[in-house]
Amino acid sequence: MIEFQNVTKVYPNQNRAALENVDLTVNKGEFVFLVGPSGSGKSSFLRLILREERPNDGRILVAGNDLARLTNWKVPALRRKIGCVFQDFRLLPSKTVEQNVGFALEVIGKPRRFIKRVVPEVLDLVGLEGKHDRMPDQLSGGEQQRVAMARAFVNRPMILLADEPTGNIDPATSIGIMKVLDRINRTGTTVVMATHDAAIVDSMRKRVIELEYGKVVRDQNRGIYGQAY
Amino acid sequence: MRSNFVFQEIWVGLRRNLTMTVALVVVVAISLSLLGTGLLFVKQVDRTRTYWQSQVEISVYLCYKGDINPTCHGAITAAQLSSIEATLNGMPNDVQKVTYVSQQQAFTLFKSAMSNEQSLVSTVTPSELPPSLEIKLVNPSADYNIVSTAVQGAPGVDSVIDEMTILEKFYSLLNGLRNAVVVVALILVVAAILLVANTIRLSAFNRRRETGIMRLVGASNFYIQLPFLLEGVIAGLAGWVIAAALLIGVKSLLLNNLQQYFSYNVGLSAGDLIEVIVLAMVIGVALCGVTAFVTLRRYLRV
Repeated sequence: MIEFQNVTKVYPNQNRAALENVDLTVNKGEFVFLVGPSGSGKSSFLRLILREERPNDGRILVAGNDLARLTNWKVPALRRKIGCVFQDFRLLPSKTVEQNVGFALEVIGKPRRFIKRVVPEVLDLVGLEGKHDRMPDQLSGGEQQRVAMARAFVNRPMILLADEPTGNIDPATSIGIMKVLDRINRTGTTVVMATHDAAIVDSMRKRVIELEYGKVVRDQNRGIYGQAY
Repeated sequence: MRSNFVFQEIWVGLRRNLTMTVALVVVVAISLSLLGTGLLFVKQVDRTRTYWQSQVEISVYLCYKGDINPTCHGAITAAQLSSIEATLNGMPNDVQKVTYVSQQQAFTLFKSAMSNEQSLVSTVTPSELPPSLEIKLVNPSADYNIVSTAVQGAPGVDSVIDEMTILEKFYSLLNGLRNAVVVVALILVVAAILLVANTIRLSAFNRRRETGIMRLVGASNFYIQLPFLLEGVIAGLAGWVIAAALLIGVKSLLLNNLQQYFSYNVGLSAGDLIEVIVLAMVIGVALCGVTAFVTLRRYLRV
């Protein structure tokens, strides 16, 4: 599903590579934790998958697309296959929960009838029954992140990228968020989650890829967060 | 394509930076109306010039009975007249046609030309108007001096008047006015371009959350940029509507008033006005659309 072949990424005016010779494969339906200290290259990894950045060297394959060969106008089609969740939720404060999720479908031109049918289903899936008409500022952090996950998942992407989705949320609520991610993963969606949250990684026992200074230092199935942090 | 979604986005965008939008509409309106006024002036000047060039270009006024000019000694004699006509007809390279206008004919022309001024007509009698030779030149601007010196001071000639020299002063005034209008309009067009760019940039900045999400969920570039583009175009169209109203005002108040001072029908038609207004729309929409497009390419990359 995601394949990095000796990928190196150096940002302009930086001596050190953000990613160096990263070579790994994430299979369809896998759940992968991406761990490592700040600046270790986790975000660069996710941005490369989205083709927000392009590698200086190496090849990236995402959902069957060679990103180096992807023309600019085909990038939107790639991104429709990828859902994204962030630490800061990124909801639209002037829209209700339902409108926020519907927005993601609206802007890719889906018909209104389809949106009316699909959005409530997804909101129920992430556990927001009865809160469809709330505004984001009327929701708790955990609930807002659920809205963000619903928005990321509503178009049934093949891949879900989560960049520290529990970073702004207390541990108890985080468990609920992880349950939703797990539920999404069980539908066959590949999930890649960058995180600093050791407790979550340890409890889930999924594949762990550890980055340090842009290099993969550990790639372990059913792994734990590690001792150093 | 969800059109009502796009229009909703445009509405939100225009409302969120209302002050910039109003400024933009006003500047577009003023620059387009000044540009249009300049174009109307060009048309008006061309129209009157063409009219005059088709008319008599040199008038040789001849002495008549009771002429108060000291060079005249009573009315022109037949011999003097034929000598002047012979002189003129002897210059076929310069003179196209010579027509004799008698006092009675002069009075008829005067009456029709001054039909707006009946009070003036009623005070003039045919015997007070000079007979004349109306000379049509082959090349008005080059031949005037040659022809006028040839007949100037000849016996029986009262005075020689080239109507073009009188009109040139008026034309240069009109041309100067037109140039000033066009220069101010062009400066305002530059201001309008900068304002469009700024408004679109501000609008894009205001909605960076939305566009960021649109990019992430895979909305096409066209879908992301269209609301901003249309925002610029709609502001341009609003400015154009105001400009069109102003141009109609300019035409009906200013140019038509100016028209009263000429007793000739060289006014601009409704067709001319429509032509200028349509041109203003094309300029306005192109100006806003192209500027918005270029700005978006810089500020809303995928």
